[in-house]
Amino acid sequence: MTQTTLTNFDQAGFDAFIESRDEPDWLLAMRREAWQHGSAMRWPERRHEEWIRTDIRAFQIGKYSVPAGPDQGESTVADREQVHQLLQDVELAGRIETVDSKVVGENLDEAAAQRGVVFGSLSRLCKTHPDLVRKHLFTAFDPDEDKFAALHAAFWSGGQILYVPRGVVLERPVHIGSILSEGGTDTTHTLIILEDGAEATVLHESNGASTSASGLHLGAVELIQKPGSHLRYVNLQEWGHKTYNFAQQKASVDRDATLQWTLAAMGSMLSKVNQTVDLVGPGANSQVNGVMFTEARQHIAYHTLQHHKAPGCRSDFLYKAAQQDKSRTVWRGMIKVDKDAQKTDGYQRNDNLVLSNTSRADSIPGLEIEADDVRCTHGSTTAKVDEEQIFYARCRGFTRKEATRMIVSGFFQQIFDRISIESVREALAAAIARQVREYE
Amino acid sequence: MTHVLKIEDLHVNVGEKPILRGVNLTINHGETHALMGPNGSGKSTLGLAIMGHPGYDVTGGKISLDGKDVLAMEPDERAREGIFMAFQRPMAIPGVKMADFLRHATTNVRRPDRKEGEELIPMREFRKELKEKMSHLRMDVEFARRYVNDGFSGGEMKRAEILQLAMLQPKFALLDETDSGLDADAVRLASESIAEIGQGKMGLLIITHHDKLLEHNPPEFTHVMLGGRLVETGGRELADELHENGYDRIRNAYPDAEAANQEMLAEEAAI
Repeated sequence: MTQTTLTNFDQAGFDAFIESRDEPDWLLAMRREAWQHGSAMRWPERRHEEWIRTDIRAFQIGKYSVPAGPDQGESTVADREQVHQLLQDVELAGRIETVDSKVVGENLDEAAAQRGVVFGSLSRLCKTHPDLVRKHLFTAFDPDEDKFAALHAAFWSGGQILYVPRGVVLERPVHIGSILSEGGTDTTHTLIILEDGAEATVLHESNGASTSASGLHLGAVELIQKPGSHLRYVNLQEWGHKTYNFAQQKASVDRDATLQWTLAAMGSMLSKVNQTVDLVGPGANSQVNGVMFTEARQHIAYHTLQHHKAPGCRSDFLYKAAQQDKSRTVWRGMIKVDKDAQKTDGYQRNDNLVLSNTSRADSIPGLEIEADDVRCTHGSTTAKVDEEQIFYARCRGFTRKEATRMIVSGFFQQIFDRISIESVREALAAAIARQVREYE
Repeated sequence: MTHVLKIEDLHVNVGEKPILRGVNLTINHGETHALMGPNGSGKSTLGLAIMGHPGYDVTGGKISLDGKDVLAMEPDERAREGIFMAFQRPMAIPGVKMADFLRHATTNVRRPDRKEGEELIPMREFRKELKEKMSHLRMDVEFARRYVNDGFSGGEMKRAEILQLAMLQPKFALLDETDSGLDADAVRLASESIAEIGQGKMGLLIITHHDKLLEHNPPEFTHVMLGGRLVETGGRELADELHENGYDRIRNAYPDAEAANQEMLAEEAAI
């Protein structure tokens, strides 16, 4: 059994972390550079526009440890199958599972492997497929973006990679599961590469070992799509409700490729996610379906960017958020259209359903357009559950709770209508139903 | 035993403002009652108070169903006890399909003891029944897949209310202008449907301004509301008279109620 040593996010911790990893030089060099930059960076301050609404003064990184040592590990979470929610009624081509950034299980269908599909532990594949990883790792986003991104780049461990070669269609989805045990740290890095004309579906879920689990996720997702590829990427975030969640999630979509990105952010105590889709080749098409549902004092912030770098691309981002108790969501969306990105078709919308008098939704759409022949629309709505709707349903025999549940799931239905995977629709609906409270 | 819905000396306020000022009405299962009266007289308020709308404050009187205290029940309990109201302006519930809404509603009403989260009536069985009822009402099957009242035309909303009446088969149904906003053909279809679904099979209280609905559903009793009271009760001939001549005779005969009615209208206009 592997001994897990705990190190901190400081110089000594970084040195010990590096020491404990048996990694190729190119990777160590990347980590060193990221640490050099990251350790010199200041923590974000509230006066920065991006952090005005997200207060991290209570966050102390010293409370969390980096799981050093090799990426393979033993699970400390017993009933993992109960934790995962996207495994129902799906036949998979492969699975990888981590607990606190340690890979506790991975497999890939033999037939897929024979067709050149690469899937599994990122650390392992850094050694067996160095050229592949090196070519793509940290190309979709810049670790210098902020201190969280840089720390992630220095300390990532237990990541996953999916590589689908040119023209290969992976019919069955792959599943990525990340679990945080009580007080654990997850610094997983997810790297997905689809070569020309490749197709894949990725079900990625992040769960706390319990709903109330504390912990830290310092993560990143890179989706790299070559021309004509098709990716459906589903990300269900259900970290424990005392977990800090800082993530950079970026996609780069090339010519005529399509991306359907579905995300549900339900967990964590505080989330700050930067989600970007770069449309880098003509005719690229991206759809984002976002669900946020918060309770208690949860704070979930999404800063989204749909960046049109090439002409004739389409982006269609819809986020629906419901807030209960004293929770708050922040959505700050931006459509950016470069000068040469003529004939851009960009859409963004954020609808909020505020379920209590003490919850709050901040919704800030934005446009930055340098081309002159584009169609960009954006919208934002914030409303409360209508008492007349509840009364109407109650007159048809629904209890107050049933009526509220129904109205909330109806609110999210518009998102579900866009999701093409039935098992995902069902899992999300169930996740939402579990979290709806009774209202007085 | 014949079911009885009994309203005794009902007083209802909206905020501080009295709307109903002592309504007495007894409806036996199988009877059809027409409730008529000028605008603002309190007809819809009576319906909403019977259903338990939280904005309508019962300040006095009683409502009972077979001796059970209706006022002590939550709105959904009233529905499960078999009281139904077809809304004048039904609410839209975006994202919730008519079929799903109705399946849940039908289950709750047919199995009043069902606990939250317990099984709904089987999909196959429900669909078959819904399909039959819809074809009877000459509704397209597509209708069941649309979101509840979302983007419905006035006529579609009223037909959807009638479909719910047909599925829920209540003991007592209050129909609040289920014929308004419809063209002549649609009024006839609605009237026929209500007659077929409800007549003799439930206690009906029909609020209407038109005679078409009552032609197909001849009331045994006609009540006239003015200023929050039922000032006159008669048979079918009273409804015919009011359709023919309007409310002038009533207004003149009950000056106090007329004054109250004018006051309520004036306050409504001031809001």
